[in-house]
Order: sequence, then structure tokens, then C-alpha cells
Amino acid sequence: MNWLLDLTPDEWNAVRLSIKVATVAMLASLPPGILIALLLARGRFWGKTLLNGLVHLPLILPPVVTGYLLLLTFGRRGPAGAFLAEYFGIVFSFRWTGAALACGVMGFPLMVRAIRLSIEAVDRKIEAAAGTLGANPLWVFATITLPLILPGLIAGAILSFAKAMGEFGATITFVSNIPNETQTLPSAIYTFTQVPGGDAGALRLTLISVVISMVALVASEVLARRVGRRMDIE
Amino acid sequence: MTLAVDISHRLGDFAIEANFESAGRLTALFGPSGSGKSTLINLIAGLIRPQKGRIAVDGRVLADSAAGIFVPMHKRRIGMVFQDARLFPHMSVAGNLRYGRWFTPWSERYANMDAVVDLLGIGHLLDRRPAKLSGGEKQRVAIGRALLASPKLLLMDEPLASLDEARKAEILPYIERLRDETKIPIAYVSHSIAEVARLASDVVVLSQGKVAAFGPAEAIMQRLDLLPAEERGEGGAVLDARVLRHDEAFGMTVLGSPAGEIRISRLARPAGTPVRLRIRARDVMIATEQPAGLSALNILAGTIAAVRPGVGPTVEIAIDCNGAIVLARITEQSKQTLRLALGRKVFAVIKTVSFDSATTGTGLPVEADG
Repeated sequence: MNWLLDLTPDEWNAVRLSIKVATVAMLASLPPGILIALLLARGRFWGKTLLNGLVHLPLILPPVVTGYLLLLTFGRRGPAGAFLAEYFGIVFSFRWTGAALACGVMGFPLMVRAIRLSIEAVDRKIEAAAGTLGANPLWVFATITLPLILPGLIAGAILSFAKAMGEFGATITFVSNIPNETQTLPSAIYTFTQVPGGDAGALRLTLISVVISMVALVASEVLARRVGRRMDIE
Repeated sequence: MTLAVDISHRLGDFAIEANFESAGRLTALFGPSGSGKSTLINLIAGLIRPQKGRIAVDGRVLADSAAGIFVPMHKRRIGMVFQDARLFPHMSVAGNLRYGRWFTPWSERYANMDAVVDLLGIGHLLDRRPAKLSGGEKQRVAIGRALLASPKLLLMDEPLASLDEARKAEILPYIERLRDETKIPIAYVSHSIAEVARLASDVVVLSQGKVAAFGPAEAIMQRLDLLPAEERGEGGAVLDARVLRHDEAFGMTVLGSPAGEIRISRLARPAGTPVRLRIRARDVMIATEQPAGLSALNILAGTIAAVRPGVGPTVEIAIDCNGAIVLARITEQSKQTLRLALGRKVFAVIKTVSFDSATTGTGLPVEADG
């Protein structure tokens, strides 16, 4: 087992970076994910189909295309990228933040889908009951809707995290493969497979990648079951 | 308190036009399914915005299309009890009960947790989850939850409709206590004549979206023609009486009413308690002379005040017994044989066993407020 944990500093960095990127991507996607899911589940507005299509685009486009589009939009000279860099000092291109953005975008359709399904399953009559008890729509959302969709939120968050852990195409296209900055686990594994004698390193990182994904999955299962038991919904 | 409604609202093919003003303790909105009861209650609660008209509770305008007023439901302070209890599945019973308190300003909180829990007998359920409750328990908790929001009006939308007879019998006394022991005015939607006759002080009869009749329960209950066909068998006069004494030897209770003494099975209530009886028209026989050698114990003397055609070969006869009206449904043949006509002196005969828990309820306190 020793050879498995005996990682080089660069490999450790790749592991740490991947977890950081995936966590940030997941957390940053949650608020817009909930909002878009709410809009899609309950909104009735012109262009809903278009929004739905846009959200799902990363799922059907080749990841390289998504990455390239991100580069065009959020790159230093891209419209959004230039604006954010100028006014907020947020730079995406060739930074870990860019990796998080790419991962977040790729996982977004999965997250929105899970949350949307759970919102659609909420009985709106129960929300109306809360309204008659004096809760305004925001309170109803915070005290009734949000707790009821918690299992869906957890599922969506874990899907997004898992997708981010495995994201490769869009990330490498958008922010390249810079050790200690944008080299996530998949990029590091890819790099190992491109050099002679890199097999052992590739295998180590592959196994670590499997373990992290499994832990995340099991944790979400346990969490969801505990939430479910607490609610004990018929 | 008054509940004033004057609205017209159209939903697809269905139009509702209602105009009434009730000051009763418990106003029943009565009518068959599809008569617009639930739409009306949703309009009062603020779940639907009326297209035209005005709704006011105690002079506080909740909706007025002409003035452009529409108070959103969370600001109406109207407690609602739904047919499906709609408890919050992710909270305990105590959490459900406390929910509405949160949103009630301090100065307007009058409901007391212990008193409500005690009134509804739900103290042993507080730690449970809604999923672990029976239908009757759920409904009691839902009533408590609405009460603890300290509402200005309590709306009950067919609260017993999805329960079996045993559960209904379990909850009815609690609603009677609610009516008699709290000050909250209640609007009660139902299609069941048994519930309305037992609970209501005033009745709004709805038919195809319109108010077919409105008045005190005793007066409306005599109008058997207002009842939907499937409820006619349960129809009959409502008589407010009170417990005179108990006859322990025979296990009976003697009630005093304007129509005379009425003997029913032993009631577990002290002398003086008001009792409301529903005397089903089908349970009443008519005799033209004082009957003798008859097992029926209740024989009330009176004169025929009205004769109305009934369903099929029957007629409905209203007998004025010393000011109280008793209804009888008999066949046209009997009517002709006995030559029953207006003003004739007759005796109404009622078997004691026709008074059961479904037709015997707690009467409204005589000093009705409002």
C-alpha cells in the first residue's frame, strides 16, 4: 500500500486542487442552480424552452466546445472576462478559478435537473397552507420548500461534485494544464499517460480518484437517508 | 363579528355569485359538490383573487375590486383547515402547531398553546411526525395549527369529508367545543346535512354557484327542498333543547324543548346543558289522535303548519309544536287516508332510538355573542 500513498508533491497538489475546484464549483453552482430549477419547475414565461436548452447545452456539446466557448467569453479578451477582470478583479483564464468555472458549468445541467425534479415533487398545497398561517412567499420557501427539497439538493450537489472531479475536456481547453494552478486529477493522469514511465503515477491517481468519488457518493447516500428518515414522508 | 361577501367570479364555464352577510358563531356553507363552496372559501382565504366584488371580515376589507384592494393570503389572518390536513411533513406535531405563531405580531397573539392542545386533546402527540398520525389526529392537529396563528376567522373546508364515520364522531365534539369555548368565528364548508345541522348557527345554501338560501340553521334546516337528493333522507328539523334530568332506572335522559319533553338514550352531560337534536323527517310518524299502546316514547302535540310535495310518492308535513317545527315525511296515501290538512291538530311520534350520536350534538350556548 505504501507506494499508493507515497505521492510526489505535484501529485498531492493535483489531488488538493481537484477537491478544491470541485467543492468551489459545487457550492457556487448551488444558488443559481436552485434559482434556475425554480424557474424551470414553476415559472411560466416566454423563452422557458430556450432557457432549458441553454442549461442542458453543456450536456450535449463536446466538452472541448464548451471549454472553447468559455475561453471566448471568459478569457482575458472575452466580453465577460474583460469586464470581470476590470471591475471585480476576478480572472478566470489559466487560473484555478477558471477550472472551477468550467467544472461548475459542466455539472450545472445535472444539478439543475436533480433539484428541478424535487421541486416538482413538492405538494404546493402544503405551501399554500403555510401561506394561510401568515408566512410570506420567501418564508414559505425557506421553511417549507427548501427543507422538503433537501434530498434533491444533496443529490444535485453530489452529482455536480462528481462531475467536477472527473471534468477534463472543458477544463484543459479553457485553462490548460498548469501544475499547481489548473492541473486537476484528470489532467494529471492524462499528463502521466503521455510520458514514458508514467504508468505508476497514473494508476495511483486513478485509484485516488476512484476513492474520492466513492466516498462522496456514500456520504450523499447516508446524508439523504438521514434527511429522509427525519422527514418520514409517506 | 360579521363575514360579508358580495362577489362574482368566473372560472371557465363555472360562475359563482354570492352575496350574504353572516354574524353567526359558525356559518355553514352548504351545498353539493360543484356548487361553488370551495371556490368561495378560496376567495375568502385569498387563494383566488375575485374578479368582481368585495369581501370583509368584521369591517376589515380583504378584497374590493372597485377600490383595487386585495390583501394577500399571508396578511389576512384567516386560519384554514383543509380536507387533507396538509401538515408539514418535515416538522413534528409541536413544530406544526408553533408554525403560525411565528408570523403573528405579539399584540395580536391570543391563542394559548396549552389551552389549544388541551381543547383538542393532542398533548400526547406533540413529539410525533405527521406521517405517524391517524386521519382524525391529523385533522385535530391541523385545527390546532390554524388556531395557534390567532386568526380573526377560521375557515374549515370539508374538514371531515375524508374521514370514516368513527373518526367523524371523534372530531365533531372538538369542533363543537371550538364553536362554544373560543371567540373565533368559524365558516364551515360541508356537503353533509348531519354536520351542518349539528354545528351551524347560520347556513348559506349554495347551488350552482349561487346563494339559494341564507338564514339561521333552524329555519334553513326545515327547507328539505334545498337539500341535494342524496342527502334528503338525512334531512329534518333541528330542535334546540336542554337536558332536564336523567332517568337512571331506564338509562335515559329527558330533554326539555319548546315542543315538549323528549326522551333519548342517556347522555353523559349534566342537567342544563344545551343539546341540539336533528329529527329526521323519515323518523317521524303522524297520529291524528293521542296514541295509546305504542312503544314510541316521544309524542308531541301540534298543528299542521305546512304541507309540501316531497320526492316520489311522499309529502313533507311541517308540524308546529308549540312554536317549534317538527318535520315528517309520509306517503301521499297516508296523508289522504288521515285527511291531513293545514291547521289540523295531530301528534308527532318519534322513537327514542332514532336519536343517535349522529343526530344529537351539543347545542349552541343561548347567550350567543355577535
